Amino acid sequence: MQIQLKFFASLREAVGTSGETLTLPAEIRSAGDVRAFLQSRGGVWAEALAEGKSLRIACNQQMVDANAPLSEGCELAFFPPVTGG
Amino acid sequence: MAVRVQTADFDLTTELAQLRANTPKVGAVVTFLGTVRDLNEGEHVAEMELEHYPGMTEKSLEDIVHQAKARWDIFDALVIHRVGPLKPLDQIVLVAVTSAHRGEAFDACEFIIDYLKTEAPFWKKEQTPAGARWVDARVSDDEAMAKWAPLS
Repeated sequence: MQIQLKFFASLREAVGTSGETLTLPAEIRSAGDVRAFLQSRGGVWAEALAEGKSLRIACNQQMVDANAPLSEGCELAFFPPVTGG
Repeated sequence: MAVRVQTADFDLTTELAQLRANTPKVGAVVTFLGTVRDLNEGEHVAEMELEHYPGMTEKSLEDIVHQAKARWDIFDALVIHRVGPLKPLDQIVLVAVTSAHRGEAFDACEFIIDYLKTEAPFWKKEQTPAGARWVDARVSDDEAMAKWAPLS
């Protein structure tokens, strides 16, 4: 399965990219699985996406939790808690 | 109902006139105007940069306004949020709600800004004498949102 990844704000700066197209191994099925997969890259990825970091996840531009399933071509975004207004 | 995300400033008088134009049933207009402060967490803020998630931001704001319309008897709502570089004294956000009577408009306006602060994907980065820093989310914003019990 292929998905579009997006990163915003402090997370975007920490990983050094605003997004990428990612082809997922078959065992990656949920948003949380993707987070763990990205952590396994090590370095800034392991640090910025560590479980202790408070991050929000959006799938196809809707807030979801880590259990959210993925679908072919979906847009999965990771970002810190929002601070607008 | 309108939501706008823009770099340009906005004029309150123009926006409110447009919101209630040709709508004599309106008896109350409540607005919340958010502005940039020069001090945050003890540091002087010279400038800030507002980042957002194009596409999701607009959807999120529209969803919040729909929820407000489902909860209160209001006629219309307008949300304008600026992005890009902003300085102290600048206007950042406008929420304006019209209704027949003030009660619904006050509640709906507060609800919209409370939800915007915890749900809409905007992020502030401040320039201070100590360097640039991303603003941390506030627990008080989560508490403000939590006071609105979900619709049963």
